[in-house]
Amino acid sequence: MTAMMTILGPLLMGAAFGFLLQRGKVTNCDVIENQFRLRDFTVLKVMGTAIVVGGLGVLLLVDTGNTKYYVKDANMLAVALGAALFGVGMVVYGYCPGTALGAIATGSVHALVGALGMVAGAILYALSFDWLKAHVLNVWALGKVRLPDVTNIPDVAWFAALALGAGLFFWWVESAEAKQTRG
Amino acid sequence: MTTITESDVREAPRTARIDWSPYLVGAGIGLLSWIAFAVFGDPLGVTTAFSRIASLFAVPVIGPEAVAENSYWKSMPLKWDYGVWFLVGIPAGAFIAAVMSGTWRLELVPEVWKERFGPSIAKRFVGAFLGGTVIMYGARLAGGCTSGHGISGGLQLAVSSWLFLAVMFTTGLGISALMFRKR
Repeated sequence: MTAMMTILGPLLMGAAFGFLLQRGKVTNCDVIENQFRLRDFTVLKVMGTAIVVGGLGVLLLVDTGNTKYYVKDANMLAVALGAALFGVGMVVYGYCPGTALGAIATGSVHALVGALGMVAGAILYALSFDWLKAHVLNVWALGKVRLPDVTNIPDVAWFAALALGAGLFFWWVESAEAKQTRG
Repeated sequence: MTTITESDVREAPRTARIDWSPYLVGAGIGLLSWIAFAVFGDPLGVTTAFSRIASLFAVPVIGPEAVAENSYWKSMPLKWDYGVWFLVGIPAGAFIAAVMSGTWRLELVPEVWKERFGPSIAKRFVGAFLGGTVIMYGARLAGGCTSGHGISGGLQLAVSSWLFLAVMFTTGLGISALMFRKR
């Protein structure tokens, strides 16, 4: 039973995630590149829906004592620099780490080459970790904070705004896409 | 009205044959997050486990002593935990999804890249490798990727994750505009 939970559990979770990524078309390099070129909004549709649906459920689970938050440290300088590099890498590679692993299994050879690059990136990070820890990771470190903590705006209001914003944005994208197909 | 002939279907790009709504896929990933939080207490994520595995590949590159003494890998040693099995599941699920939908295909140079940089396989492999290196370095510096920060952190309204999302997308849009600019 424990072996099932510790191995089969995560394996099935990962497989479900990989299955969804492929069916969501985001294991396709062209779809990701065209998101950043604003020609295809699949990536934002998938991520936006996942955040709103996932967030509302997790909020309820936390409120009923069924789970807790697992928030990452807000080392603002490190996150900003890392995210900037991530954005560059994602456009050049055409994948993010998770979608790349999925893409390899759907026959993308260049995704596999990029995965070797990801190994190189992880090694470079490990080698520079001591310096980063002393000079970057500790700059403007706010700890494990959430937006409701720092703004005093309650969770529900954040999700209402997010859901409304996402809904309006997707409605606009869908009508623009419908117009394009007709024209 | 357009009439779809058999040859259109056969020659359509691989993704055109997948007909799952991106919103449905996003909702599915959101639902998967509920399970990850409530049952496993381990939000969806990729790069933490990836860097654990990368330590294996680092042994022949920088030597076993350097890996054993590295402070980053000391804090994050290779262990077959939830995240690592989850990572193994992703390609498995994507493979099943690709085979079931008939969209498994070898891809050496993606269409969008070919249009801009030509059909050279070597050029694409160099790009993918460099992009992969940069994206993983950035992911480790930021503390997560599109899954760990973007979806799992975003749905928790984490300050770090929304900073990540904003900077990642802004940089990606900028680099994409530069990379795909009209000459």
